[in-house]
This record gives sequence, C-alpha cells and structure tokens, in this order.
Amino acid sequence: MSKKVSTSSKMIQILDENGELHGEIPKELNNEQIKKIYETMILTRAFDQTALALQREGRMLTYASTFGQEAQVAAAFALEKDDWFVPSFREHGVFFARGYPISQYMLYWVGDGRGMQIPKDINCTPISVPVSTQILHGVGIAWAMKLQKKKNVVEIFFGDGATSKGDFHEGLNWAGVFKVPCVFICQNNQWAISVPRSKQTASETIAQKANAYGFEGVQVDGNDVFALYKVVKDAIDKARSDKGPTLIEMFTYRLSDHTTADDAKKYRDEKEVEVWKKKDPIDRLKKFLLKKKLLTEDENKKIWEQAQATVDAAVKEEESMSPMKSEDIFTNMYAEIPENLKEQIEEAKRVSP
Amino acid sequence: MSVLNLAQAINQALMQEMEKDESVIVLGEDVGTDGGVFRVTEGLWKKFGGERVIDTPLAESAICGVSIGLAINGMKPVGEIQFDGFSLPCIDQLYSHAARMRNRTRGRLTVPMVLRIPYSGGTRALEHHSESPETLFVHIPGLKVVVPSTPYNAKGLLISSIRDPDPVIFMEPKRVYHAIKEEVPNESYELQIGKARIIQEGTDVTVITWGAMLKVVREAVEQLSEKYSVEIVDMQTLSPMDEETFIKSVQKTGRAVVVQEAPKTCGVAAEIVSRVNEKILTSLEAPVQRVTGWDTTMPLPKLEEYYLPNPNRIGKAIETVMNF
Ligand SMILES: Cc1ncc(C[n+]2csc(CCOP(=O)(O)OP(=O)(O)O)c2C)c(N)n1
Ligand SMILES: [Mg+2]
Repeated sequence: MSKKVSTSSKMIQILDENGELHGEIPKELNNEQIKKIYETMILTRAFDQTALALQREGRMLTYASTFGQEAQVAAAFALEKDDWFVPSFREHGVFFARGYPISQYMLYWVGDGRGMQIPKDINCTPISVPVSTQILHGVGIAWAMKLQKKKNVVEIFFGDGATSKGDFHEGLNWAGVFKVPCVFICQNNQWAISVPRSKQTASETIAQKANAYGFEGVQVDGNDVFALYKVVKDAIDKARSDKGPTLIEMFTYRLSDHTTADDAKKYRDEKEVEVWKKKDPIDRLKKFLLKKKLLTEDENKKIWEQAQATVDAAVKEEESMSPMKSEDIFTNMYAEIPENLKEQIEEAKRVSP
Repeated sequence: MSVLNLAQAINQALMQEMEKDESVIVLGEDVGTDGGVFRVTEGLWKKFGGERVIDTPLAESAICGVSIGLAINGMKPVGEIQFDGFSLPCIDQLYSHAARMRNRTRGRLTVPMVLRIPYSGGTRALEHHSESPETLFVHIPGLKVVVPSTPYNAKGLLISSIRDPDPVIFMEPKRVYHAIKEEVPNESYELQIGKARIIQEGTDVTVITWGAMLKVVREAVEQLSEKYSVEIVDMQTLSPMDEETFIKSVQKTGRAVVVQEAPKTCGVAAEIVSRVNEKILTSLEAPVQRVTGWDTTMPLPKLEEYYLPNPNRIGKAIETVMNF
C-alpha cells in the first residue's frame, strides 16, 4: 500500500513579531493558560540570565543557554500529565513547564549527579548530551506505550545538528514503520556550534525529511507560541489516536553563544543576531497581551520580579544542599553492588583525597 | 625551537604536514571557521581553505567511515572527533572496516587515516566530555593507538601518524592541552610509533603511564624524590606496545606501578601487568600495583576528583610495592 503524505512547504505562523494575529488562537488555550505560558517563558529566561551570571563567577559548569528559544515552553503545555518528554540539553523551559524543581535542575549544571534523579511524578529521560542519541529512546518509550495499549505520547526534542546523525534516520524510520505515538520536535536554531543549518543538510527544510519516512512534517515559526502549540497539539492528538508520528521543525534561533565555552563572534555575523532579536518570542507575546489588555506594564514588571525571586530562591536552595557523598559514585551502577565494586569502595576510602 | 603548549604543537604538526602533502585534509565538527573547540585547528581554514579544512555535518560515524573511503582512494584524512564521549559511533567503522581492510583485501586496499580524539577528565566538563576510552581502540587488532603526553611528543607522533600507512587513533590529553609548555623544534620531525620513552631514570621502582596521567605521575614522583629513585616510563603508543622498554625497566627495578585514568577492569594497565608476569615474574620483588579510575561511570565534576588517580593514590601504591 502506498500513500501520499503531505509536508506543507509553508511555515506556519499565527502570531507575528509585532504581536499581530494571523489566524486563530488554538481553542485549547484560554487567557489563563496563555498567561501561564508567558510566565514560564519569563521564568526560563530569568533562569538563563542567572545561570550565565553564575557561570561567569565560577558557580556553574559550562552552560548551554536557551536565550531566544523560550517558546519551547508551549510545546510542553500541549502534553497531558502522564505523557513523556525526551530532551536534548537545551530544553530548560520544557523541564520547568513540566514542573521539574529548578533547584534540582540547577544541580545538574553545577556537576552534581542528583540533578537528574528525576522526580517520580515527571515522565522524562535525563538530559542527553550525546547529540541525537536520545531520539531512539523516545521512539522506544512511545512504542512501549503502544505495545501496552496506553494512550500516552512522547515529545522528542533535538537540534538541527542532530538531524545529521544516523540516530535521527533510524529513529524516524522506525517510528514510521511501527506508527509509534511520538512527536519529533526539532529545535532548528540555525546553528550547531559554528556550523550553520545550510551546511548541515542540503534539504530545503528539515520538515520535508518526514516525507521520506512516510509521515507528516511541519515547519512552524518556533518563536510563535500559538502556532507552535497548535502544531504540537495536533500532532499529539494524532499520535494519541494511533495515527502515527509527526516531525515538527521549530524554526527559531540561538541568540546566545553555543555554550559559555563558545564565542560565536568568531564564526557568525552579529547582524544576523540583531535581526533575530526582533523576533524574540517573549517580546512578541508581550505585545499581544498588552494589546489585548490581558497584561499591563505593571503586571509585567511583577512577573519578572516574581520569576527572578523564584530563581534566586532555587539557587540558594541548590547552593545550601549538603554535598554528595564520594561513595555515591559506586552506588546505582547496578541494582546490587558487585563484589569488585565493594572492594573498590573500601580501597577508595583508604586512598582517596 | 619554540615554547609551545600541547594544542599549539599539534596545530603546528597539522600545518606542516598539510604544507608538505596536498593529500592531507582535516575534517570534523567546528574544525574550520571556529578553529576547533580547543583551538587545535586554529588558522588552518584561513591558510588552506574550506576544501582541505572541512566543517562536517554532525556525524561521527560518517567522519570516521568517510575518512576510510578517502584514505582508500589516495587522501590522507585527519578526522577530529570533538570529544572522547562521542567517539563511540566510530567503533563500528573502525572494528569492522578500518582495522581489517588491509587484511581482508590481502594488502590491496589500505586505510592511512588518522582519527584525533581529545580525551581525559579533570577539566570540570559536562557529561560525556571526560572519558578515557583507549582500551576500546587498543582491543581492535589492526589499529594503532597513539597517546602523546607533552608538546614535544605530540608534534612528532602526530607527524608520524599522518605518514603511517595504517589507521591511527590519536588520543590527545585535553586536560593538558594548554597546561604544559615545552620546547618544540620548529622544523618537522617524526617520532617512532610503537616506542615508549623513559622520562626519568631510577633504580627502586618503575612507574608506567601514558597521556594525561604523566603529569600526575610526575607530581607524585616529585613528592617522593628524597625517598625513592623512581623510573618513569611514558608508553606514548598503546598499540602496538613497546614491551621491551618497560620489561627492561621493571627487570632492573624489580618493582612496578601502572597508572591509567580509564576504569580498572580490562584496562591497558592489565595488559602491561600480564606481560610483566609472562616475561619476568621471577624478577619481581613485589606484586605489580595498578592505580586506575574506578569501575564506575565517569562522575560529574563535583565528584570527578574522587574518581581520577591523583599523586596521593600513586604515592601510596609506590609505598605498597616498596614495602612489600
Ligand atoms: C554526538 C555528539 N557529537 C558532538 C557533540 C558536541 N556538541 C555538543 S552540541 C553540538 C551541536 C549541536 O547542534 P544542534 O543539534 O543544532 O543543537 P543546538 O546546540 O543548536 O541546540 C555539538 C557538536 C555532542 N554533544 N554529541
Ligand atoms: Mg542547533
């Protein structure tokens, strides 16, 4: 049986950079939820700015900023309670939208392994640093859902660079063959460290790659929370009703350096960054909210203050936690500690600093 | 002579080999316009252009597998894997193809490629950026595995690796990229692959190590310099292994400690101990000791110091063999 799948060649947008609507706000989003998305985006940016500052003071490891990509929050809002997300390493906003404790999330970025001891009520995998590898885990988690006749779905996040690896092909192909209930969300932020999207693939879009796997691909303005929410929600509904996966290309931009260890000025034109700053996802939603009188400048200021206070409290909590015990590196290697490791624990006690 | 750090010495080796031989090309993630995340390929793209210094798509299996093809067909690819933890997709290409192409085709096709991999911990890096996977490569017959430890041997060994007719895995101790400076000859020179070197002579005990651990071993030995006369062997190449040098040394001292950063079980240290046992067991005054990483996942930075061999642990092992 052969079937045609469509991949729209037009990027979907509802809210433009001036805060004007070009379509309908998804019906699932009421004013309260829109505000909640807005607040979570601001929380994400406050976290980001704080993390960058802490990093400069040596209080954080190398840190991957999410500046400019905060609309990702909207993708998380389309999930139901027991759904899963499978992150890469630039999904801070998704973690926060799903209720991951900020102080614990911070632990990971200061190099403390307890940061990824995922709270029991959150369904996600840990941050995946090896690019693209997590795509396959997401497919497996979603496939398990189908095999167990559960109705939950999985959002799988990765970058534009990740689409070059074999894992991307293998994961999408598998999901197509078995009609796995997942949504592939490519955060195309135009850069993979110093390599621009145009050098990553000769495809015109990333979304069109879905064609080859037999399912739908959609390119969406990734700085537009309404459009992003809509395409993700549609894809989730489709996956939940066993109609297979979707690839969503979230067209956005990395406004920051790749990480704090990188200097983007070496390889990219500042003018490009300036152009994208005008498309900021937070500014854009703010303009809309002000125009619709759903927000006042005064309220806005309070939201920012509240976000900063929340982040500051989280930092304080993280930094006042008792350190991990050195023996903890041996625990959780296996369900039961084998003899040779028991010996090494004893040896470590004798010889380590 | 110029005083260079290890990253600069490697950069100079690449420059000189590219100047000398047009078939040498450099490929990898961010090696071009960015000059490499450790600045190792800085200036190459400007000098040789995008056709010989290539920013590749993000695909380690391809960097390795395509290099195999390039090498088969007359090029001399020097591929870069950005960090140790991302070298693992290359194992399939190396194990199944690069390492056995000469053997399978009875010498008709050969794979004169180099794969450069920054490795080692101790840099407070993110997860998967601090691994020491040398054992995995050493265990593949047909590969050469070279691990420099200072600017001088890094330059000479890389030049030899590029000129070598077989695939070479070149593991660079990232922890000391910018931390060790040394006089390095300005001109091009080769150092023999498969040859260890004696860093300092001694008569009481031999400490055998390689790569990033050499600096740590030196610190440990320095602290005991009043007490013991320690001979330090820097392996430089892990495959093929220069057995003669360390066997001779241990025969002389009668005592040995092997220091590796990788996890203990089945590490290269175990191979060295086996060879000592096979060849000169009866010359030993004490059982050979190993100081290694633990058999655990490489911990995140908060606990990495607890994982890594340090001068204290090495000193204690030296005391153990001296006081047996
Ligand atoms: C397999 C692998 N290779 C290399 C790296 C080093 N690295 C970290 S992020 C990155 C670029 C990733 O680009 P992209 O997928 O677009 O994600 P972004 O960083 O833009 O969010 C690279 C090369 C890695 N983490 N994993
Ligand atoms: Mg990217």
